[in-house]
Amino acid sequence: MRITERRQRGRSKKKPKETRTVRVHTGHEHNPNRHYANNRIKTTKYTVLSFLPKNLFEQFHRFANVYFVFIALLNFVPVVNAFQPELALAPVVFILSVTAIKDLWEDYRRHRSDTEINHMDCLVYSRAERRYVERFWKEVQVGDFIRLRCNEILPADVLLLSSSDPDRLCHLETATLDGETNLKQRQVVRSFFDLDCEFDPLKFNGIIECEKPNNDLNRFRGYILHRSGSRDALYKDNLLLRGCTVRNTEEAVGIVIYAGHETKAMLNNNGPRYKRSKLERQMNVHVFWCVVILLLMCLFAAIGHGLWVFQYGDKRPVFDVLSPEGAELSPVVAAVYLFLTLIIVFQVLIPISLFVSIEIVKVCQVFFIHQDQDLYDEDSDSRLQCRALNITEDLGQTQYVFSDKTGTLTENKMVFRRCTVAGVEYSHDANARRLALYQEVDSEEEEVPPPGGSLRRDSSSSQQSSRVVLRSLSTKTHRRTGSRADAKRASILSKHTAFSSPMEKDVTPDPQLLDKVNECGGQMDFMRFHGQPVSQLPSDLADIMDFFMALTVCNTVVVSSPNQPRQKVRMRLESKSPVKTIEDFIKRFTPSRLTSGSSSSSSSSLATSRSSNRGCSGLLSSPSAESTLAKLQEEQAALGSAPPRYDGTPRSPEDGELRYEAESPDEAALVYAARAYKCSLVGRLPDQVTVELPHLGKLSFELLHTLGFDSTRKRMSVVVRHPLTDQITVYTKGADSVIMDLIKPPDTGRRQKKLVLRTQNYLNLYAADGLRTLCIAKKVLSKEQYACWLQRHLEAETAIQGREELLFDSALRLETNLQLLGATGIEDRLQDGVPETIASLRQAGLQIWVLTGDKQETAVNVAYACKLLDPEEEILTLNADSHVSVYPPSSSSPHSAAFTVHRLGLVIDGRTLAYALDQSLEDRFLAVARSCRSVLCCRSTPLQKSTVVKLVRNKLKVMTLAIGDGANDVSMIQVADVGVGISGQEGMQAVMASDFALPRFRYLQKLLLVHGHWSYSRLANMILFFFYKNAMFVALVFWYQFYCGFSGSAMIDQWYLIFFNLMFSAFPQLVTGTLDKDVSAETLQQLPQLYMSGQNSEEYKPYMFWMNMIDAFYQSLVCFFIPYFAYADSDVDVFTWGTPITTLALLTILVHLGIETRTWTWMNCLSISFSVSLFFTVSLCYNASCPSCFSPSNPYWSMQRLLQDPLFYLLCVLTPVAALLPRYFYRACQGTLFPSPVQVGRQLDKLPSETRRNILNLGGVEAGSAVRPVPHFLSLGTPSPEGPDENHQRAGLHAVDATEKDTLPYTKDAAKLPPEPRPRPPGDAEPRPPGDDEPRPPGDDEPRPPGDDEPRPPGDDEPRPPGDDEPRPPGDDEPRPPGDDEPRPPGDDEPRPPGDDEPRPPGDDEPRPPGDDEPWPPGDDEPRPPGDDEPRPPGDDEPRPPGDDEPRPPGDDEPRPPGDDEPRPPGDDERPHETSEALKTSAMSASSRAASSPRPPSQAASVQLPLPPDGDAQRVRYCRNSDHAVRPAARTQTDAVL
Amino acid sequence: MMASSYNAKEEDGHHSGASNNGGAGVVKSKKPDNTAFKQQRLPAWQPILTAGTVLPAFFVIGLIFIPIGIGLYVTSNNIKEYEIDYTGADINDACYNCAKNFSWNSTTPCLCSVPFTLEQPFESNVFMYYGLSNFYQNHRRYVKSRDDSQLNGDRSALKNPSKECEPYRTSEGKPIAPCGAIANSLFNDTLELYHIDSNGTRNAIPLVKKGIAWWTDKHVKFRNPGGNSNLTVAFQDTSKPVNWRKPVFDLDPSDPENNGFINEDFIVWMRTAALPTFRKLYRIIQKKPSTTPTLPSGKYVLEITYNYPVRSFDGRKRMILSTISWMGGKNPFLGIAYITVGSICFFLGVVLLIIHHKYDTRNNSADIPS
Repeated sequence: MRITERRQRGRSKKKPKETRTVRVHTGHEHNPNRHYANNRIKTTKYTVLSFLPKNLFEQFHRFANVYFVFIALLNFVPVVNAFQPELALAPVVFILSVTAIKDLWEDYRRHRSDTEINHMDCLVYSRAERRYVERFWKEVQVGDFIRLRCNEILPADVLLLSSSDPDRLCHLETATLDGETNLKQRQVVRSFFDLDCEFDPLKFNGIIECEKPNNDLNRFRGYILHRSGSRDALYKDNLLLRGCTVRNTEEAVGIVIYAGHETKAMLNNNGPRYKRSKLERQMNVHVFWCVVILLLMCLFAAIGHGLWVFQYGDKRPVFDVLSPEGAELSPVVAAVYLFLTLIIVFQVLIPISLFVSIEIVKVCQVFFIHQDQDLYDEDSDSRLQCRALNITEDLGQTQYVFSDKTGTLTENKMVFRRCTVAGVEYSHDANARRLALYQEVDSEEEEVPPPGGSLRRDSSSSQQSSRVVLRSLSTKTHRRTGSRADAKRASILSKHTAFSSPMEKDVTPDPQLLDKVNECGGQMDFMRFHGQPVSQLPSDLADIMDFFMALTVCNTVVVSSPNQPRQKVRMRLESKSPVKTIEDFIKRFTPSRLTSGSSSSSSSSLATSRSSNRGCSGLLSSPSAESTLAKLQEEQAALGSAPPRYDGTPRSPEDGELRYEAESPDEAALVYAARAYKCSLVGRLPDQVTVELPHLGKLSFELLHTLGFDSTRKRMSVVVRHPLTDQITVYTKGADSVIMDLIKPPDTGRRQKKLVLRTQNYLNLYAADGLRTLCIAKKVLSKEQYACWLQRHLEAETAIQGREELLFDSALRLETNLQLLGATGIEDRLQDGVPETIASLRQAGLQIWVLTGDKQETAVNVAYACKLLDPEEEILTLNADSHVSVYPPSSSSPHSAAFTVHRLGLVIDGRTLAYALDQSLEDRFLAVARSCRSVLCCRSTPLQKSTVVKLVRNKLKVMTLAIGDGANDVSMIQVADVGVGISGQEGMQAVMASDFALPRFRYLQKLLLVHGHWSYSRLANMILFFFYKNAMFVALVFWYQFYCGFSGSAMIDQWYLIFFNLMFSAFPQLVTGTLDKDVSAETLQQLPQLYMSGQNSEEYKPYMFWMNMIDAFYQSLVCFFIPYFAYADSDVDVFTWGTPITTLALLTILVHLGIETRTWTWMNCLSISFSVSLFFTVSLCYNASCPSCFSPSNPYWSMQRLLQDPLFYLLCVLTPVAALLPRYFYRACQGTLFPSPVQVGRQLDKLPSETRRNILNLGGVEAGSAVRPVPHFLSLGTPSPEGPDENHQRAGLHAVDATEKDTLPYTKDAAKLPPEPRPRPPGDAEPRPPGDDEPRPPGDDEPRPPGDDEPRPPGDDEPRPPGDDEPRPPGDDEPRPPGDDEPRPPGDDEPRPPGDDEPRPPGDDEPRPPGDDEPWPPGDDEPRPPGDDEPRPPGDDEPRPPGDDEPRPPGDDEPRPPGDDEPRPPGDDERPHETSEALKTSAMSASSRAASSPRPPSQAASVQLPLPPDGDAQRVRYCRNSDHAVRPAARTQTDAVL
Repeated sequence: MMASSYNAKEEDGHHSGASNNGGAGVVKSKKPDNTAFKQQRLPAWQPILTAGTVLPAFFVIGLIFIPIGIGLYVTSNNIKEYEIDYTGADINDACYNCAKNFSWNSTTPCLCSVPFTLEQPFESNVFMYYGLSNFYQNHRRYVKSRDDSQLNGDRSALKNPSKECEPYRTSEGKPIAPCGAIANSLFNDTLELYHIDSNGTRNAIPLVKKGIAWWTDKHVKFRNPGGNSNLTVAFQDTSKPVNWRKPVFDLDPSDPENNGFINEDFIVWMRTAALPTFRKLYRIIQKKPSTTPTLPSGKYVLEITYNYPVRSFDGRKRMILSTISWMGGKNPFLGIAYITVGSICFFLGVVLLIIHHKYDTRNNSADIPS
């Protein structure tokens, strides 16, 4: 793949032209487009001829291969050769050929699929035959006309010129490209739009100019140059991409623009990713050390040889053979030659098979991970995918998890929960109840045999089921049949319908609102009937109407009918295209028509809509029936027997089952919600939206423009012509933060002002409930305004350069001065098992950061819900407005260390994040963030997400894992060491970018804790073993040098020497490396703490490498010298002596492996016996095969003789025992005296399951509560994380971990060996009294003692005078860089909802007694006397370590230099005496709170504080966490708890 | 179809075969098979190495090894061995003169005799070795310097020896047979053993020179070119090794079965020793059918034809007489090693026992979570 891309790049370089020109190719003449790639695809890397050189070339990119080839070639030099040259090549050739065969096989598979694809058929226009003829895909060329039929796959990127669809549309399914299952619409190029007759390729005479092939799926720009000279712009909406499927369109014709490899699909087609894992990086260091050892050994022996030669002087002994040339070698030359020879002989030290073995093991691991049933999601029939093959072990070493929220932690199934319209809140209680039911039913998860009968699931059945549940009458099966199983089935049924889970579909309307809607509909009907202008509708009713209109219209939802999900519901009332040109506009909006035709046109359209009743029930369109229905429902609701349903009466199936296919789940949820109020979307065309209203029947809105959603604007708008008022109306829907800023200035009217205020209140409330909030607004444009805007918009649309920017600006121009209609709260339910997963991941020592684009309150609440934030935690909220304000510029202060100790949660918003990520501050940010238990970044952009990940990864030198599901997580996923994609609702981009793709978040637990741990531990052990094995084997030869005059002679036969690694000892360790389980999966999941062994790299520490090396040298000494002495001064010959040594080494190595093997299965036994028998078989055969070959060893019949020699057997028994005695003894002692947690886990495995469960349950309880005292030195000393001492840092990390871990009584770092100097005294491991390890007295976990909050005057917040920030020195503003405000939307300051100001002006902290809001750690309070807060001097309030403060006198803080505590708690900065530092620290507000998990709704009331309306924009804004406002409430609750 | 093939390409790797989603058209659950192997639930034995579990192994090893060691030691001690250094390095030595004056170029053999006394009679077969010290027969270039094909009787190799034999490949334009440094440095001292009666007469002890080489060497690996008859013809046009006095077909003229390449002394020499101090079997003194010991105790004389110079590399030459047991020659090492290892095991076992009793209480699980 990479090659392909390179080629592409190379090709594009050749052509200097910036665009591509496509001329028609009709088969006659010379193809004018012949220099463009044709449609034949070739994804293979090699051809028959190029395979060998190319593959070798690629393989030689790996340094090891080059090294081994070099050594093998060295053998061909006679002076230095050690082995038979051909033989020496064998292992390298073997390794290379294994890889080559693998590559070849893969390439062959690619070739086969290429051929298959290349030979697919399509219809290509042939000018010769004047018709479309069948051709293979590969014959398609750029410029060809292609006719596409329904359900055909596009062979190339095609410009749509004609479609059989009356709207000139072509529907596409793009699942293969982006995984999104909804239909996309593509439009015929505009100039061909009005073509009535069938498109005739012969008449096409334009030249298409478009951009060069690129891989951006969402971009295509160009124009058609007609012969007439007119230009026609082309958009991405005109391009059909290769690989997509044509749906719902009988026939379409297009011209090929990009073919083959230049199609966007192919350019996007990247191969699997290759990353280096941490373990491999670590290993490479040790490979390097092996090289050093090798060189040292060679050097040593070479010098020895030089001396040896030298000692004989001129008297040449008979055995010192001259060089082949007959020349006498001087000692120095001999030494140099010998050096080279020894490099060959000792080459085994660099494990040639290591890399191959690692690859094999990883592939096996991937296989097993793939096969795990626990990672299989039945609902979606998908399982984990490993897309990166070589970083499985990184899963076991992850330290930081960065998670997206939406779709990752949550289901991304949006459920409409509540809304507020015109300042009135509709709580939708019944809806909440219904959802609770879902949850309840969800929770009892049992497999249900799918009930027979109708598979059709409609809402009435679900309603019935929920009613049944309410009454608790049903049998279990019945109930489950009703909802869960049904829902499941429905989801399977509607698999290709995006975002329409039953939960989303069923919305129970709020009776009050429903009433109003009915009333409104009735009134409108009445008014229309009486010819009154609709604008006379009471404003609140009008708002309600508009609100639902907006919900229905302002989206991109496609309506389809369920029977044929891909069949677009067509309800065309009048055919009009969107406004595309000025002329069109003028034509359509001429005053005459507007004035005179308005009523008639609208009424006529209504009339048609009424008459065309297709697809909707007559019942609903009749107002009388409607009202009776409403009454019925009310009665039902009053009875309480069942939540009212919008369709309490049976509806005609067609209508009830209109399906909505939305690009985002929110949209679908809103549309379904609107439908519940009978404001249902029944049809959508590019130029028209049809809405069915309760009394009015079908209304069709003329859709003038759709300004799509983008993440910068955070809103979308539609411009429609309202059929009733005939006004041009803009409906905007978007994030509340942006919409609120765009609301018309409040001076326009009290009502609006109040509305905004109220809505904001409700929004905060929603957010506090963890709902996603959206604001709905509208704007009515006058014709002139519209015309004015339209002109520039059209300019923008037709621009070729910078079109995106222009369109963006154009959208900005339109979306101003909006009128707020209301807001919605949508719930995004947590996925199953998320809190549990997070809890256990955290227990496993993983730092979890959530990076979300959601607003702060929503994010915080979801964070609470999923146990990311703990009510017991102090929350540190960073909301700052400027650079300087984030941190005081003063450099590192020792006191920052104090932060570590608490359980802190950090919440930071996007804007602050932007400052915090600045170079100058990132260290500090990290220092703070690292000391927090959890970090929540809200409102972060994709770029920020990836920056955060990168920052943490690079600065803290930790392993990071990013998990996300959407396109906005892609960059983060790519940056992280391990990227995990959730194959959820939002398409496949995240999955495509990921290393692992999971169906659900909760699978992360098993993936990390079990598979990650196993992979890591297996691989780490295998690598260590490899090093040991090779060192041990080579050392044997090295010792021999002392007895052969350092001549480079080897007593081990060259065959054994060369193949030992490859054949005799490879298999068992592969098996162990693949199958060994240090702890069972159950225990690993139940004791997440065990994961820390991987995080701390405990299986493979540098000292372990050296210990293994030492052990290897010891063992080789034993294996060498026992035979040495046993055969000393005997008539044994070199190879008869070497063979037993080889055997002994093999046995020792295998037994060693046996000791290190934790789990013995028959595979292990088999592999070891296989290895031994293979060795004997091979050597027996080898020794019997040829009496005169294999010079120089010529081991003829040695093995046979050895087998008759009792001495041989005696050695075989003695040597391995002697060699492994120390290791075995050490292991036994370690297992007893200082077992690692992993070993304890293993012991747990041994226990009978029941006992184990009891113990683990006990342990689980402990895990939650036990908090260890953290030694001070472990806490964050230096805020700059790249401090010189990495160890220290690690220790710091541990410290943070330590608060969580260890229910086990053993230190995890149980010092095995000196470098880890933490040997616990054995006695320490004795069972501790329960609760011993908690530094805090029991009960201190409770939120906080009342004494903490007491001193605060109740209602503390209200009396604060407005504008009390004046006392601040004017100099306050200076640090703020001028122009800081620019990025904010204009008018940002003025239109701030004033209501917000009243309760809490900025700077409201002053009057409060200082020190009441420091982030006191929970455990901190006990020692303090209650009411301790008042007397404390200001400045006292950095969070201090628990227990730290008893001895401190209250006033002990004074000597501290001002400004030393970066993350100032709020309230800190306003204190008069600190004015000077307040300059620096002013805006930094870190607020603490006594969070109680079910937070009272009112507490969100004071979220982001607005700026005062004057020029105070410079002033730092106080975006504080809301808790101050709510303190009293929170306290009362706490009190209750206490 | 298309979709699946695209996906296959993207996933493209070893595993996609396993993931098995390529089979388009077949609606098949992707649910993995529930087999013990795939779910990694193979029945397994999980040994845990703690003092308690390992303890028995140490004792068992100790208990097995010590008796074996004692047995080996006793066996080794029962082996009789007598060794004479006849290098002549010391001025008092009988062969001093020979050693001093001798070099490879000397033509006349130098004779010397070393008297010695056996204190104890040697029962059963006695093996007579010559031993060399400081002779690096395992030197890399030395070990290589031979041509096995030639020694195997290959005629082409006879005429055109392997390059490995350089620089002892050709001499005077003719190929050397046997070529190479090993053959060239063939040990060529002649040792004869005489028993001196109580009455002073010297009785030559019959030394059997056959059966000292490996059977396979003698019969398979080494072969004369063109059979054993008429070696002179077979070896014509070849040259004798530089250091040799007589050509290869003249090594043992008395016995055509022991001449040429299949001369057993030659074969024994060609089996290069593993260590610089080594011995090579020279002759066998057969056990007499009578009950008298093979070598009764008493006075002996070793007559040496001193041909082999070792002074240039400070070598030593020895004659060794040894009986052998089932475990080979005299070597107390193995017995001692077994006893030592066994004792260490036993000792460590005791240590572990102590550890176990003192610390290994937490295996009783009750206190694990505390």
